Amino acid sequence: MRKILIIGATSAIARATARRFAAAGDRLFLVARQAERLQAVADDASVRGAECVATAVMEALDDSRHAQIIEQAAEALDGLDTVLFAYGTLPDQSACEASFEQTRAAIEINLLSVISLLTILANRFESQGRGCIVVISSVAGDRGRQSNYVYGTAKGALTLFLQGLRNRLHRSGVRVITVKPGFVDTPMTASFKKGLLWVSPDTIARGILNAIDSGATVVYLPWFWRYIMLIIKAIPESLFRRLSL
Amino acid sequence: MTHRYTSWNRYPRATQRVRLQRWRFDSLPLPEEAHESALPFGNGRSYGDVCLNDGGSLIDARPLDRFIAFDQDSGLLRCEAGVLLDEILALTVPRGWFLPVTPGTRFVTVGGAIANDVHGKNHHRAGTFGCHVPAFELLRSDGSRRLCSPESHPEFYRATIGGLGLTGLITWAEIRLRRISTPLIETETQRYDTLDAFFELSAESDARFEQTVAWIDCLAGGARLGRGVFIRGNHAEISPSQPPRPSRRRVRIPVGPPFSAINPATLRLFNAAYFHGHPPGVQRDLVHYEPFFYPLDGVGDWNRIYGPRGFLQYQFVVPRTVGPDAVREILERIAQAGVGSFLAVLKVFGDPVSPGLLSFPLPGVTLALDFPNAGRKTFALLDQLDAVVRQAGGRIYPAKDARMCGEDFFARYPHWPRLDALRDPRFDSSFRRRMRGDLT
Repeated sequence: MRKILIIGATSAIARATARRFAAAGDRLFLVARQAERLQAVADDASVRGAECVATAVMEALDDSRHAQIIEQAAEALDGLDTVLFAYGTLPDQSACEASFEQTRAAIEINLLSVISLLTILANRFESQGRGCIVVISSVAGDRGRQSNYVYGTAKGALTLFLQGLRNRLHRSGVRVITVKPGFVDTPMTASFKKGLLWVSPDTIARGILNAIDSGATVVYLPWFWRYIMLIIKAIPESLFRRLSL
Repeated sequence: MTHRYTSWNRYPRATQRVRLQRWRFDSLPLPEEAHESALPFGNGRSYGDVCLNDGGSLIDARPLDRFIAFDQDSGLLRCEAGVLLDEILALTVPRGWFLPVTPGTRFVTVGGAIANDVHGKNHHRAGTFGCHVPAFELLRSDGSRRLCSPESHPEFYRATIGGLGLTGLITWAEIRLRRISTPLIETETQRYDTLDAFFELSAESDARFEQTVAWIDCLAGGARLGRGVFIRGNHAEISPSQPPRPSRRRVRIPVGPPFSAINPATLRLFNAAYFHGHPPGVQRDLVHYEPFFYPLDGVGDWNRIYGPRGFLQYQFVVPRTVGPDAVREILERIAQAGVGSFLAVLKVFGDPVSPGLLSFPLPGVTLALDFPNAGRKTFALLDQLDAVVRQAGGRIYPAKDARMCGEDFFARYPHWPRLDALRDPRFDSSFRRRMRGDLT
């Protein structure tokens, strides 16, 4: 039985993952912005077999509450050993190009608020000498592309931060897992035309559970994205700048 | 986008805009244009056009797939309407509870099961699915929400059970589950040679067995008319030390052939092989519930074998007194036409009455058939069968219909005007327009 905190618990990937945790009988502390949706997700997890489910409503940008929420989770679950970060927004790239305000908002939510929470959690897990931090980043952070480089910047910086954190926490026995999903059919991507590479949130959820169980550090989900991104990263910049990706 | 939104038999085809209902407390995602209608869509397992709204909108309710509450002691489950029966079984069977009524596929949503008031092999005992739904919430296009039950808004409760999605969107429902001791079914299978033998077996079995059904060889004519395999079963009380498990192997039809793989030659072969595959005498067996209730769910996308033109389902019920004669006449006509059905299922319905105004079952005999869509020839045969059903005072199952005439529908579903009066003004379906003779 794990004691799991999920931040962004009403997102599609979080919901699919919470179901799998619940079916395994884990204890869950769910955090999200909208109380009504949060309660619906909590009830579902409870029926599916979670040993206990508690919730808190939080705005991720409100970093003054971050320490308190983590404390509250540890109290409700009688300890904390796993944390899943599953929130984020997909900013409108062209709006960001026209406005620094939009760009800053995208980076604050997708990068800075996560770093704030990670800072508190890292210290807590370091002193307890164990724990597992799972953060959903993105393949978009592997290389800057004209179509979504603001989102890519946030995710790329997040990936780098996690890499450093992993290195730091290794000797304390704390694990840091960077999850890089490819195309996932969720409300965040509702307006996209779906092709063969698209997968369901549950496919990502299965990959996340496998990563937790297997000791992985950086996982691409599904696995083939590792090779797609290898190729994309290998294209020389002189050529890449001409592509419309 | 529209490709996924077909009915299971892939006939007729329809084009509609699709919007998702993501949370049960969200307002309905209605089309902006006031004249455009909407219709709830579940998992697309009904046949014909009850789940289609050609030229209008569909509200995909599958995202409403959350459980809300489950009382382990009483077996009362509350869940959102997009939950599949498959998901309920996965949750409750290990805890000793089973669906009170299940159709032949577990890939239908709870909302769809209510809207079509589906039935199963235990109709003679348990009635329809709607008999076990004590309450649900109905969301209408004016934003109103009604808790519907026999006591609260009883008129909406009765109109929505079997209401073909026309009264509004069911957001959540309660289902009273049935207690089981094991996931296993004790079955008895026996082949029989004549239609009379079927009715004898059925009369004898219905008192002792919760589940009864027969598969019939509808290409056998003359003295062998109505021959088939009778299957009956009960939930097993005791599990052996090594219980049978559901097959892990899942076959899937990856792409449809360019023409129907079901033709008179393959049908004759299959039907004879299936009949003779069962030795004479009673075969007793202990099986997992999956192959017993859902033999076709093991073959993913089996509807594709009928090719791009799809197929036609035909299910009717005729009153008990005239049942044997009407079924015989229909089997004779099918055998004569030589366009046999791959899956012919015969069952005697019982007396339980559904609260639904438009519920299909009547005390009597029901026969379900499916035919490859061979165009005019198939439609002409089905028109002939309609005449027999009409003569016998029977009726056709809307959830499986793509071509009955409105006159037959209105005559045999006398409560239709009461349902239509409670229809949501923004909701409509291809089926309703076809019955009314509206041009779309």
